[in-house]
Amino acid sequence: MNAAITSSLDCYHCSLPVPANSDYPVEINGQTHSMCCPGCQAVAMAIVDGGLENFYRFRTQSSTRPQQKKNNFEVYDLQDVQVDFVLPLADDLRRAQLLLEGITCAACSWLIEHQLKGLQGISAFRVNASTHRLSVDFNSDQILLSQIMDELDSIGYIAQPATDDRQQALLKKENRTALMRLSLAGFGMMQVGMVATALYAGAIQGMESQWQYYLRWISLIIATPVVLYSARPFFAAAWRSLKHRSLSMDVPVSLAIAGAYLASCWATITGSGEVYFDSVSMFTFFLLLGRFFEMRARHSNRMAAGNVAQLMPLSALLIAESGHNQGDRFEPRAVPVKSLQLGDRVLVKSGETLPCDGEVVAGRSAVVEALLTGEPNPVDKTSGDRVVAGTLNGDSVLEVEVTAIGAQTQLSAIERLVNDAAQDKPYQVAIADRLSRYFVAAVLLVSGVVFSVWWQIDSSHALWVTLSVLVVTCPCALALATPAALTAATSWLRRHGLLITRGHALESLSKVTTVVLDKTGTLTLGHLAIAKVESLSSCDLSNEQLLALAAALEFGSSHPIASAFKPFCMGLKATDVRHFTAAGVEANIVFNGNLLTYRLGYPEFSLQLCSSEYTPEQRQGQWLLLTSNQGPLAWFQLSDQPRESAAPMVAALQQQGIKIELLSGDRSSAVADLAQELGIAQYRSGASPEAKLDHIRQLQARGELVLMVGDGVNDVPVLSGADISVAMAQATDLAKTRADSVLLSGDLTIIPRAMHKARDTRSIIRQNLAWALAYNVIALPLAAMGLIPPWAAAIGMSTSSLVVIGNALRLNR
Amino acid sequence: MDSLYFLIPLALILTGLAIKFLFWALNSGQYDDLDTEAHRILFDEDLIETKPKKSAAAISKPHSK
Repeated sequence: MNAAITSSLDCYHCSLPVPANSDYPVEINGQTHSMCCPGCQAVAMAIVDGGLENFYRFRTQSSTRPQQKKNNFEVYDLQDVQVDFVLPLADDLRRAQLLLEGITCAACSWLIEHQLKGLQGISAFRVNASTHRLSVDFNSDQILLSQIMDELDSIGYIAQPATDDRQQALLKKENRTALMRLSLAGFGMMQVGMVATALYAGAIQGMESQWQYYLRWISLIIATPVVLYSARPFFAAAWRSLKHRSLSMDVPVSLAIAGAYLASCWATITGSGEVYFDSVSMFTFFLLLGRFFEMRARHSNRMAAGNVAQLMPLSALLIAESGHNQGDRFEPRAVPVKSLQLGDRVLVKSGETLPCDGEVVAGRSAVVEALLTGEPNPVDKTSGDRVVAGTLNGDSVLEVEVTAIGAQTQLSAIERLVNDAAQDKPYQVAIADRLSRYFVAAVLLVSGVVFSVWWQIDSSHALWVTLSVLVVTCPCALALATPAALTAATSWLRRHGLLITRGHALESLSKVTTVVLDKTGTLTLGHLAIAKVESLSSCDLSNEQLLALAAALEFGSSHPIASAFKPFCMGLKATDVRHFTAAGVEANIVFNGNLLTYRLGYPEFSLQLCSSEYTPEQRQGQWLLLTSNQGPLAWFQLSDQPRESAAPMVAALQQQGIKIELLSGDRSSAVADLAQELGIAQYRSGASPEAKLDHIRQLQARGELVLMVGDGVNDVPVLSGADISVAMAQATDLAKTRADSVLLSGDLTIIPRAMHKARDTRSIIRQNLAWALAYNVIALPLAAMGLIPPWAAAIGMSTSSLVVIGNALRLNR
Repeated sequence: MDSLYFLIPLALILTGLAIKFLFWALNSGQYDDLDTEAHRILFDEDLIETKPKKSAAAISKPHSK
């Protein structure tokens, strides 16, 4: 349906298809380009008006599609709201930390910088494209924060307060420290390598002992900061694991670094034996490099996931009722949600998120509770009904009495459930860590044997032979085997649209036996779309014209039904628009030169407009009737359409022999219909968050390894409890931060491909480990016999590491 | 050959200075955003016409949306 009436042209701003018959041109760099919607047009025009059209030349990724509704940022001017993210610097000078939605590439920061540069009252600002943050210093006398946010909104970036300051500071510090350790190790490695070359050449050609003594001291000086500063994380981690009575990979790593370093120092001071400073530095650098890439991948994933706790609005409209004058009413005023008290009355406008749990005291509206229940259809609420914080008020104003706020709300109850689930989550022990236990034990055992044997043969050589055993069997390749493969696979998955946010995810992904899917927003698009248009025989308009009429009627409404018609908007203008709650909408439209009154809504409502003897038959699903005052025109069927990629994904998973279940909070028969359509045998509808979690635990008890795919807040406990979880890109922030991975592209077929990649990764890790072990097995006897000089040990170590890295890079293709 | 007693320590001091300089750059935040800075050289500032400074009053008007 959708594909049939869109042309092949893509929007110049956001690269989404441009609907046919739409006309939103913008002239950029002397050429006229088509846009897909008024939102993109407005943003592109704002960019051109600002003289910033070069943005389109610089950018490397297309922009995100801006929201069409105008955001109201005035609440952020309130002092009480600003407390969390605005820092007073001087008298009127303030520094605000903002998180920007919509940053896609480096050119975005250029655009933002140039847009802000022209504003008066802004003294300094800094955009960070990697973390999506903007720090801006402004003079509160000259400019309001909401004006800055409006300005950003006009070029397509939605600003939110960044309240996770402390976490950000931690990440920044971690990044800087890692870079410092890495760069020091890199400098050290090159300098020691240079000196070591001279030493090796001297060992072969012969060199005066005073020079050897001198060069050894030089390498000692360079290697010392590398060991004491750069390698410190390995020692700290090894110490932690020893304290917990386990042997992680860090233990043999630390043993090799510390052992080789101390023995080399002894050799330098006494002028005997061999030195291994070059191996120590190189080893440290390689390992730090592996960890640095791992950390970068982890950080950028976390930045993209964004802020938690943005579900809740920051302010509420309080209807103040003064204590002594009962019944006296004042204009509702905006107050921070934090200051709400039980029993207060708040006004919730249409399109706003409910700030608290409460009871409706006046008004009637449709509320979307998909957040909690997974049901996409709005629920009708009138006086006496309970409403829940975080749900979306649909079409008209509600007056709500507060019954629970903050930690007492149902939303917070879910968060607590999430924490419980996360604690019980089964973790896969990394294969390398399991291996390292045996490895450490074996190395220590062999070293002990070698030492005692050589002690019998030639006691002056015993220490040096034992040391060369430790260095040669150095676990560098072994320690790199897993992180190198995981980093390569993670970056491949990221390029294909799956963001891995937890380290264990890839290892678990290769062993998944059951996939559990949520319905709304996961298998389906999560919003209502037009499934069918049926024009009545008495009507001679084309489907496009009918849709354009309906779109004009619904234009500007924030009701979820209205968004289904948005793509078909052709610029028809509706006047005298009147909304009838839980019934429909009525308006006057001039079409083909005639002014008629139209109605769109439930059949009983729409038919009141015309005196027609037409009697609607009973229909399955959600149907809306369009009528004019001359007679009924057409039926529109609305439904939540399954994603195009849903069926291929199910087929691909079944081919891999993986069990599939559909687990939805939706109570309607739509669950069964969808399961049947996609060929999923196991399904369950009407499951509460608790029931979903119980179900997953039952599966796990039966020995299944469960992959959960979901998006809503009601899925969050299950996402935390499942062995591995995938959140959809449109998912709530809470779901995204709790999931092990995020599906960025919305293309579900990436899931079976990711599982395939995970199995490839596992076999690459095994190859790497096998190679590292084989190398050790061959080198060990030679070292034990005292046949390996330091230069051969250094070459052997670096070659084995490079082979492992090269093998891992094959995953990146 | 004796010059090595002077030259190698000199090289070490220079390396030390280079590292100190790098750490200073790191801690002043120059490596915090590796994405934008990598592209900045490509943003050709000459192509932009200088536009008049907008006042705060001008932008408080709603944009044509």
